[in-house]
Amino acid sequence: MKMTKYRTIHEIKALIEKGETTYEEVMGAYINRIDQVEGTVDSFLQVLKEEALNQAKAADENKDDKTSPLFGIPYGLKDNICMEGVETTCASKILTGFIPPYSATVAEDLKNSGAVVLGKANMDEFAMGSSNENSSIKPTKNPWDPSRVPGGSSGGSAACVAADEVVFALGSDTGGSIRQPASFCGVVGLKPTYGLVSRYGLIAFASSLDQIGPITKDVTDCALVLNQIAGHDEKDSTSVDREKEDYTSYLQKDIKGMKIGIVEEYFGEGLQPDVRKRLEEAVEVYKSLGAQLVDVKLPTSDYALSAYYIISSAEASSNLARYDGIRYGFRAEGFDDLLDLYKKTRSQGFGEEVKRRIMLGTYALSSGYYDAYYKKALQVRTLIKEDFDKALSQCDVILSPTCPTTAFKLGEKSSDPLEMYLSDIYTVPVNIAGIPAISIPCGLDEQGLPVGMQLIGRDFGEKDILKAAYAFEQATKHHLNRPTLQEAR
Amino acid sequence: MKLTKEDVIYVADLARLEFTEEELGLYADQLSAILDYEEKLNELDTTNVVPTAHVLPVNNVLREDVVKPSLDREKALMNAPSQDQGCFSVPNVLE
Amino acid sequence: MEYEIVIGLEIHSELDTKSKIFCGCSTAFGGEENTQTCPVCLGLPGVLPVMNKKVVEYAVKAGIATNCTIARFSKMDRKNYFYPDLPKAYQISQFDLPICEHGTVEINVDGVKKNIGITRIHMEEDAGKLIHAAGGTLADNNRCGVPLIEIVTEPDMRSAAEARALAEKIKTILEYTEVSDCKMQEGSLRFDVNLSVRKPGEPFGTRTEMKNLNSFRALERAVEVESKRQIFEIERGNPIIQQTRKWDDDKGESYALRSKEEAHDYRYFPDPDLVPVVLTEEYIQNIKGSMPILPWVRKVRYMEDYNLSEYDADILVSSRETAEFFEGTVAVCKDAKTAANWLMGDIAATLNEKGQTMADVTFTPAQLGEMIGLINDKTISSSIAKQVLQEMFATGKDPKVIVEEKNLAQMSDTSELKGMVLDVMKANPQSVEDLKNGKEKAIGFLVGQIMRQTKGKANPQMVNELIRELIDQV
Repeated sequence: MKMTKYRTIHEIKALIEKGETTYEEVMGAYINRIDQVEGTVDSFLQVLKEEALNQAKAADENKDDKTSPLFGIPYGLKDNICMEGVETTCASKILTGFIPPYSATVAEDLKNSGAVVLGKANMDEFAMGSSNENSSIKPTKNPWDPSRVPGGSSGGSAACVAADEVVFALGSDTGGSIRQPASFCGVVGLKPTYGLVSRYGLIAFASSLDQIGPITKDVTDCALVLNQIAGHDEKDSTSVDREKEDYTSYLQKDIKGMKIGIVEEYFGEGLQPDVRKRLEEAVEVYKSLGAQLVDVKLPTSDYALSAYYIISSAEASSNLARYDGIRYGFRAEGFDDLLDLYKKTRSQGFGEEVKRRIMLGTYALSSGYYDAYYKKALQVRTLIKEDFDKALSQCDVILSPTCPTTAFKLGEKSSDPLEMYLSDIYTVPVNIAGIPAISIPCGLDEQGLPVGMQLIGRDFGEKDILKAAYAFEQATKHHLNRPTLQEAR
Repeated sequence: MKLTKEDVIYVADLARLEFTEEELGLYADQLSAILDYEEKLNELDTTNVVPTAHVLPVNNVLREDVVKPSLDREKALMNAPSQDQGCFSVPNVLE
Repeated sequence: MEYEIVIGLEIHSELDTKSKIFCGCSTAFGGEENTQTCPVCLGLPGVLPVMNKKVVEYAVKAGIATNCTIARFSKMDRKNYFYPDLPKAYQISQFDLPICEHGTVEINVDGVKKNIGITRIHMEEDAGKLIHAAGGTLADNNRCGVPLIEIVTEPDMRSAAEARALAEKIKTILEYTEVSDCKMQEGSLRFDVNLSVRKPGEPFGTRTEMKNLNSFRALERAVEVESKRQIFEIERGNPIIQQTRKWDDDKGESYALRSKEEAHDYRYFPDPDLVPVVLTEEYIQNIKGSMPILPWVRKVRYMEDYNLSEYDADILVSSRETAEFFEGTVAVCKDAKTAANWLMGDIAATLNEKGQTMADVTFTPAQLGEMIGLINDKTISSSIAKQVLQEMFATGKDPKVIVEEKNLAQMSDTSELKGMVLDVMKANPQSVEDLKNGKEKAIGFLVGQIMRQTKGKANPQMVNELIRELIDQV
């Protein structure tokens, strides 16, 4: 069998069970595909062909009926998630050559399920960005149109799934970094509730906001991957100890009576007209499925972006202080003394956006400004959380755009940081409140670029958003739209 | 909020960063613009609002006092740009 | 015009846990450089801290023992600064909500009692160790993440003696509660001194800070020398500059540290990787219930129940091991005074000689009690007991066994002694003559001769009586 068709985890599992293909053949097909398109897309910082092929061969020998659905499946791992013995750099010069002597909990979980890492995915440096243009190595391109950005910061993770270089990927989401690139690349991306998935081994950007989540080709795969990575981890104090769930059990087409919240302001100014159109059509789909639409208010979510840039930058300024050229990674040359070593290493090792946020965060925490900025932002976070709690007591999920626009051109927004920040206006409030949200494909814009719809749930309400997402996906089949990616010259 | 170049230098020192004259100007402008945007926060009255450092109401995550194996020294040092006598080596620290 | 010295202390104490504060690495002292590290305490990218249960428990114990209020809600904060001994470039500590606050500790200097306020006790992690070598500085991260408590006092002390008394008292408390082993030579207990001088009635003067003093003597001398220096400067009209100074114990002087490139701005904020510590009243009461008897409580008991002097009681309770050994001994021999004398006398002297502490004693309190019993029932003399004790130190054998093996039991057989006494008197006619002429000193010489011959086993009182009885026969 030739793997020319865009396949999901559950489809490959079915083919294997029927004996129509082997893990080795599947892996070979994906490696082949990478050889063809990677030159165009630049999803990966590192491709682990040989190791992946060996693991696929071993998978053929070791499979039995009890294997996890992810067994033998090639996936992409965002380069801010540590994997023992494999260079992990966050796409930053400052981590050049850093080889972790340990693996992230999620990487262990997936290894235990038999999934195989085929590549370390490109990203915005230290996950700071919305276009992947902040990678210090290279920008990733959008598989739908290589002149456009794939979104960020998990641009590599979203692009490698959309370009069919792997079956699924893991990303991380601090302010929309899974959902926004999923939206730009026409795939499914879930940011779980804060604390559902272990952060141990995720190189921190903003500790109180970061969450790892799946990027997949459909909602079923999203649930399958979440099953594997969700759960309590004693290595992460912020990991929540709760009953395990089978997320696939919530995938039903019948959502009669489900309450979908609509926030009027989210459909206002600044929204690309054809994006609004797709979203309005989506609302109609929900109506036809028997869902109940409820108007909800999120008056403070307008302030989320301001709070987000203070909180995330403050935490980042502290989290990124450890990169000093002493224990790992890049060390500048030609320094006079210790202070000079620190300054040269950090100034040469970090990119411009990272330095901008370190500066903002350092300033917001510094003596005399703490109360005005950092403490104020944490108080605003309280109000935002209260707003969401209230809105989500009136509905099961909130429907919104994932982004105000579809994928923009490379270089279009890189000169104005604030302009770029506004790309996350719908995704950021969710991180601030710690609640879960998913972005799923909801059609194409006039230029044939994917539009994403976001569904937001209560704390640990993954079941509600997966249910609503699955019903929509099955009713519309938008997820079957594929980029016509030209083979690299 | 208008940041001067001196403000930028002070913050850069705290963060162990250094900038060229040109960069100083750029960062002063960009940070000022971001801080102007942050003024929005002051539209909200947060009197008596409790700050939220943790979104989840989780407390007392404590581990038992049990010794676990440490890394081999070789592994602990394997990423060091400079090492000497089983230690990480840095330029002389004068007090 | 007299000056008044104003002193506040910051005391760092390493907690006696098996593993580090946020990871499972061993806290054992003296390991090879960088062999007790892991991704967490090396601050590798992506790692997260998880708080050690015992650290909270020990901090609470220290708080209860210093009469602090224990916080029902406290949290961990990050203190941000760059230094090669701090892998994360921030120290996890506590800023505005420490686990213990508002305590008090009583000190006693030359019989004058005084209460010293304890401002706060907070939990934090230790930094690594820097070794200054020729070609550069070497960082050993074994101590990174060793749990500490920092005890901060009010500026309530007014002399070097008071500062020392407080430091010693804190050491006693931490040892008693088994919160810390307080091994000062291993850096388990370190003092920072904040000191200023003023004329009585004036507001506080500008203070200086001297860091990391690790012996009581250094602490006392640092206070004396620094207060003299400040008074000297003020007398000459020079203002005192608020600064951190380093105490050079060899030279007996302190010098100002090079001022840092910038004023400290630690940018404290709540650590988002750790969750708050919330303690119930029940938890606090449970710990209270499990606390050992504190020394000053013991002291009163020793004075009341055993009629010991305050001086003796103080010495016995100064270390928990000594006190417990004493109690174990008294339980067997029912003779507190003798037990105290042996512990403060020969045993203390022997340990001093060997550079050991009570913890190193190989025999048991019961064995010491047994030995005192042998003295009291006249089986051995006090001087023989000294030998027995040394043998107990060396072998840990029962005193009864030692007495038997070495044939040390006292000679109380008058017939055997009679012969000896007669022989000695015959051999020393001059002494006998002197004694007959009323020179009482001579009897001492004769008794000494017998004791020498019997290797101390003769009962000296009996020998004395025999000489008087037999003197006319010579």
